[in-house]
Amino acid sequence: MENIELKKIANEVRKGIIISTHAGKSGHPGGSLSAADIFTYLYFEEMNIDPKNPKNPDRDRFVLSKGHTAPGLYSALAMKGFFPFEDLTSLRHLGSYLQGHPDMHLTPGVDISTGSLGQGVSNAVGMALAGRMDKKDYRVYTLLGDGELEEGQVWEAAMFAGFQKLDNLCVIVDNNGLQIDGSIDEVCSPNPIDKKFEAFNFHVVKADAHDFDSLRAAFKEARDTKRMPTAIICTSVKGKGISFMENQAGWHGVAPNDEQKEAALNELKKAGEELCQM
Amino acid sequence: MSDVKKIATRQAYGEALAELGEKYENLVVMDADLAASTKTAMFKKKYPDRFFDAGIAEANMVSMAAGLATAGKIVFASSFAMFATGRAYEQIRNSVGHCGLNVKIAATHGGITVGEDGATHQCLEDVSLMRNIPGMVVCVPSDYVEAKEAVKAAIEHEGPVFLRFGRSNVPVINDREDYKFELGKGVVLKEGSDVTIIGTGVCVDSVLQAEKMLAEEGINAQIVNIHTIKPIDEELITQCAIKTGKIVTVEEHSVIGGLGSAVCDVVCKTHPVPVCKIGIQDQFGTSGSADVLMKYFRLDAQGVYEQVKEFLGK
Repeated sequence: MENIELKKIANEVRKGIIISTHAGKSGHPGGSLSAADIFTYLYFEEMNIDPKNPKNPDRDRFVLSKGHTAPGLYSALAMKGFFPFEDLTSLRHLGSYLQGHPDMHLTPGVDISTGSLGQGVSNAVGMALAGRMDKKDYRVYTLLGDGELEEGQVWEAAMFAGFQKLDNLCVIVDNNGLQIDGSIDEVCSPNPIDKKFEAFNFHVVKADAHDFDSLRAAFKEARDTKRMPTAIICTSVKGKGISFMENQAGWHGVAPNDEQKEAALNELKKAGEELCQM
Repeated sequence: MSDVKKIATRQAYGEALAELGEKYENLVVMDADLAASTKTAMFKKKYPDRFFDAGIAEANMVSMAAGLATAGKIVFASSFAMFATGRAYEQIRNSVGHCGLNVKIAATHGGITVGEDGATHQCLEDVSLMRNIPGMVVCVPSDYVEAKEAVKAAIEHEGPVFLRFGRSNVPVINDREDYKFELGKGVVLKEGSDVTIIGTGVCVDSVLQAEKMLAEEGINAQIVNIHTIKPIDEELITQCAIKTGKIVTVEEHSVIGGLGSAVCDVVCKTHPVPVCKIGIQDQFGTSGSADVLMKYFRLDAQGVYEQVKEFLGK
């Protein structure tokens, strides 16, 4: 797929994030927006998945270890055709199949329920291990927040994956630099992230989370890397695409109100129009 | 008594895994650097490709087990009860319980019969922790025979199961022709009318011995073995409450949240009767040999006998 097409889809994914968190009156727009291009690349370019056959045992797997950014995942899944885009407005409502954090039994396309930070990456390692045992060639992708790297379990999982040389595993870090209490450097810095993963026997690639050429090159390098797992450290902007949300820790877990929703959608509408003229 | 065969339930666990590995090709076993102690090493030796040592990282082990289970594996994850259920509680709740995955938390070294290692290693809360997770089956086998059957039943059961095994050698009490194991079904070991004594795990043997001492004094106790604490056999427990009017529970576990609590949950709903909960009374364990500790915490035959008499006012 051409980058321009991916950009158009990512713009729609961002609209879904705004619409759903506004309707849910809660949720996590900041980290969903920083990962919107990553979700788009994974579901429209990288992963072998089929919305008509979401349980295919040979499919690639995706684990949203930073489960609070479910609005971004749901929006990408809806765009891909796993369920109707209109249903995004049911986010976090009683009875909705779009729970506050991903639920494998309710939402088509969700491979495992996540939300408690640090656990998803271990789930992904288990899936990669199963793939290797079964001699399947599917790949397993997991997306972590940079604040999430403060969870000790991440490094237990990394130690095991590196030791086991799980080259079918790709860990993606959404390195937007912000967590709830502020900048990651002010809270409890996980830096240097690249050197840590290297020390745990990962191949490390750096990418720009908002540049599809950069993501394309990084994911190709991950696929080509043998006998070790890959960690792609994606430099990103929290709240990316909405001017007043960008780089604001305050937009981690707050939903836009009516006015903010309109302002955000207007920005995305304008961005979409510009993409159509390119 | 000296010729009674004594084997640890963890030994049965290891043997059962190794025996069942052939029939169940999707059986995978994980451990956290305790394979020699938990006896999963027996499976490891026979099926090295289906055994994974997570190292000393219980949280990761449990969450990885969940990941493996999403791909159709039946995964047994083992460590000492303290670390399997305590350290990794939230992983069990969220990655296994909430996901309803086919992971079996098979913990050894439960209770005070861990012995000399003392309080930090004597888990007295594991049944309580596992019982409160929706959908979790909780099973505490009483001896070698029952432990082997429990492993089979756990494999056959689709979904999360917690199994508790012990470190110490305990008498084989179920080695008989008509023994039948059914998950969720209690076993009446002796009919009686004055009081029902319900035991679980290693305490079933204490209860059987105490019954003889009580019988000598004319107390006719009904004896029940509850190996499955969740889902518990509500029908049997209610029948016992109606029949004997008094219940004593005996467990090598805190009386908060374990067998005693589970039995109370049943009778307060179906047929309220006085219940005496014998177990660890809201305290930590301590170092000592298993036998000495069973006596110290009044969980041996003498201790159970005395406490039943106190409860009956005799």
